[in-house]
Amino acid sequence: MSKTVLVIEDEPNIIEAIGFILSRDGWRVAVHSNGVDAVETVRRRAPDLVILDVMLPGRSGYDILRDLRAESGTADLPILLLTARGQSRDREMAEASGASRFMTKPFSNAEVLEAVRDLAGG
Amino acid sequence: MPRSALTGSRIRERRMIRAMRQADLARKAGISASYLNLIEHNRRRIGGKLLLDIAAALEVEPSLLTEGAEAALIATLREAAADRPASGAELDGVEELAGRFPGWAALAADQHRTIAGLEQTVEALTDRLTHDPHLAASLHEVLSTVTAIHSTASILVDTKGLEPEWRDRFHRNINEDAQRLAEGAQRLVAELDAGQRKDTTLNAPQDEVEAFLSARGFHIPELERGGEATVDEMLDRAVKGRDLTSASAQSMARVILQRYAEDAAQLPVQAVATAAAAMERLDPAALAGRFGVGTGRMMRRLATLPDALTAPMGGPFGLVICDVSGTLTFRRPLPSFPLPRFGAACPYWPLFQALTRPIVPIRQRLRLAGRSEGRFIAHAVAEPLGPLSAGVEPLFEAHMLILPDPVETPEGARRVGVTCRICPLDGCRGRREPSITAEGA
Repeated sequence: MSKTVLVIEDEPNIIEAIGFILSRDGWRVAVHSNGVDAVETVRRRAPDLVILDVMLPGRSGYDILRDLRAESGTADLPILLLTARGQSRDREMAEASGASRFMTKPFSNAEVLEAVRDLAGG
Repeated sequence: MPRSALTGSRIRERRMIRAMRQADLARKAGISASYLNLIEHNRRRIGGKLLLDIAAALEVEPSLLTEGAEAALIATLREAAADRPASGAELDGVEELAGRFPGWAALAADQHRTIAGLEQTVEALTDRLTHDPHLAASLHEVLSTVTAIHSTASILVDTKGLEPEWRDRFHRNINEDAQRLAEGAQRLVAELDAGQRKDTTLNAPQDEVEAFLSARGFHIPELERGGEATVDEMLDRAVKGRDLTSASAQSMARVILQRYAEDAAQLPVQAVATAAAAMERLDPAALAGRFGVGTGRMMRRLATLPDALTAPMGGPFGLVICDVSGTLTFRRPLPSFPLPRFGAACPYWPLFQALTRPIVPIRQRLRLAGRSEGRFIAHAVAEPLGPLSAGVEPLFEAHMLILPDPVETPEGARRVGVTCRICPLDGCRGRREPSITAEGA
């Protein structure tokens, strides 16, 4: 059975593009585009991996990440964090919040695939 | 005539410079040491022959002890000296400087104020680069769109045998995103541009708004009932007339003017002025009840009536509004009750007390420590902002209306300051930073 990735991102065309390449790679792709109930959605869908954008309507990705790490069910879930600013401070914040991996926009499809495969394998 | 701000403090300072004991000065002036102590702590009025006797005993010109107009200048010079302790400015000579070289002293004070303003501007600009949420959001949007285009384009190029439906769909997406990118980039440029324009304005936006309102005596006939302009038209004129140059000042002014127009629509000038004047003791909360409006709204109205109508009631009235963080969002200062420009106000103001007792109107007699020792009656209230709704945390704001107190020696007056730096009260539990004025130093 193929693994599920949950993409939490509010940019519809990024969702579509990432969704396309990941499903071609054999993933089942679920999407969610709102920050407010993102934690609940992760809990409900129980994906194998999460791709999380930092800037979401309603709630910051960092806060969502911290909440997920605080729960026993999602404490070790592989989470790939997407941000638009690659400054070292953002990297530190991502690490402090418990991101498994951190990726700066704009990224290439190959980078996303590689990151997702790494995270799923590890 | 208001009594000089620091007469007592100055007597004390002069006496210390001469290393004279309180008892000796008191004896020479023919008063008791304890009475002199009260005078030195600005708790007793002094004037006439006694002032001349004390001046003679201290061997200074009486005017050096009383010159009221200089008080503000001297306070600013002290502030300037306190900001640059390394300069070794001779603090004990500050009054002599202001007295002998008033022009140079005014120049130094003026430059100090300009520097404070510039420092604030620099801080705001630096802040903007790291913390401006609009800038960050615009940047994020542009980069997200670039990512979408990048990703979609490489799917189109890299995927062998892509189904026509998918291909058409991705083409459409790219076209959409390209358009959004163009708009997003334009917004980003506008944000950066706004930053640059702000750069050329030396005044803080709050100052611009205050100057705009102050020039009109805080009363705007155009927005009264039957007035000839809308808020938008008023703003338009202010922008054209270069009264409001920065975007922040314009948006702050819009909020204030919109509120003004709502207040004016509910509370006609003449009716409010007549009802207020008929009250034996002006009570904004009771008056608000009579007109069926909130107390804060009534306070705003009373503070923005034409001066000619409030003068018989002892007006104009001062008004200050703050949010729960204590940030002052509206200031109508009185000449005798200045409101801090930068930095925080005195925590003993009823304004902040009101926030701890929401909805309850507070009336408190005040004496302003330090400057003029002016007497005031403050009315304060904290009310929720906007309509209430279950499950939504209400946001409170507090209003404080400041009326001059006609009673000479009021009972139960609370002694408060303007802001710590220029407040002479010693042993104050609310003190956040040391004072630069003499008392208690």
